[in-house]
Amino acid sequence: METAETRPIGPNLAAPAAAGGRSLHRFANPGRFLRLAGRVQPWLTGAALLVLAIGLPWALWYSPPDWQQGETVRILYIHVPMAWLAMGGYLGLAIGSILSLVWRHPLADLACRELSPVGAAVTALCLATGSLWGKPMWGTWWVWDARLTSVLVLFFLWLGHAALVRAFDDAERGARMGAILALIGAVNLPVVKFSVEWWNTLHQPASVTKLNAPSLHVDILYPLLVCALGFTLAFAALVLARTRAAVMERRIRALQLAAARRAELPSDGRSALQGAEG
Amino acid sequence: MTKKRRRLWVLLLCGLGLGSATALTLTAFQDNLVFFRSPSDIAREAPPPGRAFRLGGLVEAGSVTKQMGTDGKPDVRFKVTDGPSAVTVAYVGVLPDLFREGQGVVTLGKLGPDGIFRASEVLARHDETYMPPEVADALKKTGHWNPQAGAAPPAATWNTLEPGKAPAGRSGS
Repeated sequence: METAETRPIGPNLAAPAAAGGRSLHRFANPGRFLRLAGRVQPWLTGAALLVLAIGLPWALWYSPPDWQQGETVRILYIHVPMAWLAMGGYLGLAIGSILSLVWRHPLADLACRELSPVGAAVTALCLATGSLWGKPMWGTWWVWDARLTSVLVLFFLWLGHAALVRAFDDAERGARMGAILALIGAVNLPVVKFSVEWWNTLHQPASVTKLNAPSLHVDILYPLLVCALGFTLAFAALVLARTRAAVMERRIRALQLAAARRAELPSDGRSALQGAEG
Repeated sequence: MTKKRRRLWVLLLCGLGLGSATALTLTAFQDNLVFFRSPSDIAREAPPPGRAFRLGGLVEAGSVTKQMGTDGKPDVRFKVTDGPSAVTVAYVGVLPDLFREGQGVVTLGKLGPDGIFRASEVLARHDETYMPPEVADALKKTGHWNPQAGAAPPAATWNTLEPGKAPAGRSGS
């Protein structure tokens, strides 16, 4: 938040990443983003903690067991939000990648870069909790059915994106490659979602998003929805914090670079930096 | 046409191409993507003898018989049905907790010449319904649902049901 108030030294030095889309997009301006995000961040974090503080005890202690799964059903309250976030987050990554590819939106580059490690983490949690749930209920840790396999592919896409955007010396090039990978991988999203309907799988079909009525009793459904909201807020808070940190980092690097160049070329530092941006 | 618009169109076209390619591939491999075959599939087209495959369906009510094998392992026989057809399954080993009559199962094994499916693995297949024990008891007691006969009644009929007393430990909402 302090950084948001820092006075820029010069428009091109303080906000080098905004050079592409500033004329079109208000929020492409990292300075404005930092000010806005700094104001939103404490509320988002607070709301996430509050909702989870209500939802988790409700789900893990005060909700009823399932009639045949018993207490094991409580894995649902972690597993399902993680699965939704793995897919919803990937949808966010795909949208960010379109913004980054078509509009060359520098903030979208940074947000995508910071989103994918968090997405990989929730997908790993979804797979791990699902595996722990599968052993006592199905009788196996893992099967290669369409749902489980497509979620594993989703996990590798998250990991691949996180690795690819960091694999290039030129950050912009890395972001473009990552965006292409993310958009190619987006064909996997409907496969994950509809795998349980298109093919027969060991994994059961959707419970909450059924056409007629959710096939969960409300005593299980409501704590699940509260947990899902809490985890979603926490996910958003994490990604926002990481993106803010990345913008600040980039700013500091640009300032250091500019300072170094000024020391090197006292008269021509600014134009050299601009040349590197173009 | 501006650069941005051109990039947008290229992206849309690529997406369309990739999407249809994926859809075509998945349709082409439709048969290989099924995790298990149903008894009706077996009745229609029996797989070659000696070839292992997965058989899935509901455990038929009243078909489960358990014996102790000579080596002390439980020897179970049951019928897997999908309504029109049923296949008898023989399995030696420990069954998953959720195994019961009326439950979905997926078994891996080979179909013998006697028409008995000898399974080396039995997995329980959970359906998509979740309800507290009190609600399940209420449905069973009032005759709305017999879990041995198959899936629960439509969710709208029970997912807001309040059993006689509020379930213990339920928080106010």
